[in-house]
Amino acid sequence: MQLNAKIPEGKLQEKWARYKATCKLVNPNNKKKLDIIVVGTGLAGSAAAASFAELGYNVKSFCFQDTPRRAHSVAAQGGVNAAKNYQNDGDSVYRMFYDTLKGGDFRSREGNVYRLAECSLSLIDQAVAQGVPFAREYGGYLSNRSFGGVQVKRTFYARGQTGQQLLLGAYSALSRQVAAGKVKLFTRHEMLDLVMIDGKARGVIVRNLDTGELERHAAHAVVLATGGYGKIYYLSTLAMGCNGSAIWRAHKKGAGLASASWTQIHPTSLPQLGAYQSKLTLMSESLRNDGRIWVPKKENETRRPVDIPEEERDYYLERRYPAFGNLAPRDISSRAAKERIDAGYGVGPQRNAVYLDFSHSIREYGIDIIRERYGNLFSMYQKITGINAYETPMMISPAAHFSMGGLWVDYELMTTIPGLYAIGECNFSDHGANRLGANSLLQACVDGYFILPYTIGNYLADELKTGKISTDRPEFEQAEKQVVEQLTRLTTINGNRTATDYHKELGALLYDKCGLQRTKEGLEEAITRIRALRADFWKNLKVPGGHQNVNSEVEKAGRVADYLELAELMCWDALTRDESCGAHFREEYQTPEGEALRQDDKFQFVSVWEYAGPDQDPILNKEHLEFEEIKPAVRSYK
Amino acid sequence: MVDYQLDDVNPEMSFLEMLDTLNEQLVLKGEPPIEFDHDCREGICGQCGLFINGRAHGPLAATTTCQLHMRSFEDGDTIYVEPFRAKAFPIIKDLKINRSALDRIIQAGGFISTHTGDAPEANSIPIPHHVAEQAFDSAACIGCGACVATCKNSSAALFTGAKVSHLVILPQGKAEAATRVVQMVDQMEKEAFGNCTNTKACEVECPQGISADDILRMNFEYNKAVLLVDGK
Ligand code: FES
Repeated sequence: MQLNAKIPEGKLQEKWARYKATCKLVNPNNKKKLDIIVVGTGLAGSAAAASFAELGYNVKSFCFQDTPRRAHSVAAQGGVNAAKNYQNDGDSVYRMFYDTLKGGDFRSREGNVYRLAECSLSLIDQAVAQGVPFAREYGGYLSNRSFGGVQVKRTFYARGQTGQQLLLGAYSALSRQVAAGKVKLFTRHEMLDLVMIDGKARGVIVRNLDTGELERHAAHAVVLATGGYGKIYYLSTLAMGCNGSAIWRAHKKGAGLASASWTQIHPTSLPQLGAYQSKLTLMSESLRNDGRIWVPKKENETRRPVDIPEEERDYYLERRYPAFGNLAPRDISSRAAKERIDAGYGVGPQRNAVYLDFSHSIREYGIDIIRERYGNLFSMYQKITGINAYETPMMISPAAHFSMGGLWVDYELMTTIPGLYAIGECNFSDHGANRLGANSLLQACVDGYFILPYTIGNYLADELKTGKISTDRPEFEQAEKQVVEQLTRLTTINGNRTATDYHKELGALLYDKCGLQRTKEGLEEAITRIRALRADFWKNLKVPGGHQNVNSEVEKAGRVADYLELAELMCWDALTRDESCGAHFREEYQTPEGEALRQDDKFQFVSVWEYAGPDQDPILNKEHLEFEEIKPAVRSYK
Repeated sequence: MVDYQLDDVNPEMSFLEMLDTLNEQLVLKGEPPIEFDHDCREGICGQCGLFINGRAHGPLAATTTCQLHMRSFEDGDTIYVEPFRAKAFPIIKDLKINRSALDRIIQAGGFISTHTGDAPEANSIPIPHHVAEQAFDSAACIGCGACVATCKNSSAALFTGAKVSHLVILPQGKAEAATRVVQMVDQMEKEAFGNCTNTKACEVECPQGISADDILRMNFEYNKAVLLVDGK
């Protein structure tokens, strides 16, 4: 596998400008001869599809939801970062670049991360122009708050619904292009395979979820914007439909998959209550601006939290990380919570949670201010738990959240398959081994609005001679045939276990062995057990109802089949990285204080995995990370 | 109507988890699952939506179906579950419906025509705090269609009014205010939605608490546009 990151020459600050000034362009009249497929309509996908259409390309946009506006970007609560320095608190593009690189534990590319910070400025302008109602100060100017891992206020927000508002902005831009006839929208369509012709991505096979019919679609380039695969853990903060199938099937066609096991476990989600549970609801990290996290100092404490006096509370984040306190980064906060819970100080009926307490802020600012800042989160909390968090602390717990790993892409966001791009959460690029809060909306938007519209032209400029691509070609026929075979197989095993049942078992195993903490033995054991579970799945799965109609069980089964393969790769990824970095915490590699211990001399590279065939061990390729601007340091938040 | 019996329902379960449990049992018996819409399960995507015991999204105010929990029901209750019904929302299967008519209303004009790329500096248009908050209140719509389902006329006035209001309240959205409202209202009428007769039932069932004042604002903007701009 050839890995050329294609980082432009020159000073960090000039790379992107230089790229834009020298990349190939497609002239406006020729753009209408070129077709692009975009899979996924979250922030990245909608932004890209709308931007391509504005430029003049013909776009087909696909999502499995019933409308583009429901893609899971909608659920991001807290905010989006930008180095505007409106607060005059010392922020700059460079500082944001450094914070992000350090937040990712020096496991991302300087060039990409700098570009992310640089483009953050235009994104806020763009969103405001679209009508995104960001929070404002009384004088009418934009308001900011802080997020984890950062000492400035650079997060822009729209109450606790920033993702929703940004997505509605992108959706409105997309809708405008649908009306203009430049985007053809295919809702309730799920991508089941990538079609390759002569080594290039040329189309997709999709299943119409409303009829069960398969369709072929061809294009000169295919863009995957299909989000993260944290749902692989079954219990996660993701939507029920989020899945890894599009990227996994692209991987099997030759796209490298990088850092597969780097999953962000979010520290502030609602704890699990029972086996029936289908998801874990996230409580925005923004709550940590005004909430203080603590556990009782006494093991197995039985008093109500409000009855526990101050001196008997352990504000463990403030104790361990005085400089950042409750705003320590997510990986560190989650591990610190797990440490307390495992040591017997957890709270709640299952003793699997910690307190997030607002009483101090309510005393300081008054209840009305807190209500205005977080009202929707408090009411969401009350709806789910029946508890009023204005009166008693919330109970929170870590939960699987964001995939830092994903398809490997170069500086142009192209995967190892020519003509196949991956943007937003489904690529691996900018967050290293841990993503900072409010950088995910940013990356999705920046990839879709500002980067790919340029870089895709550099590829498509050479595609003008290709002409229309026929879906009658044997490559399409072959791909469709394979999809039919798989669907038929899934629906005819007629065993005795449901897809959800397999998913739950896989999720629990993976969370235990390849979640917050990993060990060599645990990962080896997990690989063996996942293989056995996969074999069992193909023997004992039950999916009634066939695949040639509406059938949500077929959808689930296909996704679980892919998870059973992806999970194994995640374990290989974690097993072969003998160091701890960011969210990847191998128990064998830690400092005496229990912090992650990197091994820069051996592991300053990105693990890029190559598919070797069914039930074969995957092949590891390495992209070495060069640091020209900064020196990787020990990542300290003390 | 089909009757199902389900035992061991935990009061902490969400309504949709109760349906999951039922579906798992059906699948094991070899029957196809009951199809229903859902995705985020945290009240924000707007994909869930069931008519429960005669009310859109069930008995609680300001709550989507996915946020409803079984503690809101009594042990032994018979619960009536139906899809959101409206002529503009054809049923796909069981409880799954097609709400693409709402997308078409947005496509007709629910946007600000700005190009991707360099926009004016964000702070160059100050927007007073209360104006931004007011715009947000309308922008918070999740597009679930509960307003349509609950309205005796199956009107989409609250949905359309919310988008018209969000954009017209903001200074950025004023330039296109007249064409936007006319096109969106026309599209709403082309779809199979009924007319609003101001019963305000929609406001009561809206999980996001969108105010029926948005309908008044839409009507006001529409009349203004027709009288002043088109000169009809
Ligand atoms: S499932 Fe998303 S709002 Fe209910």
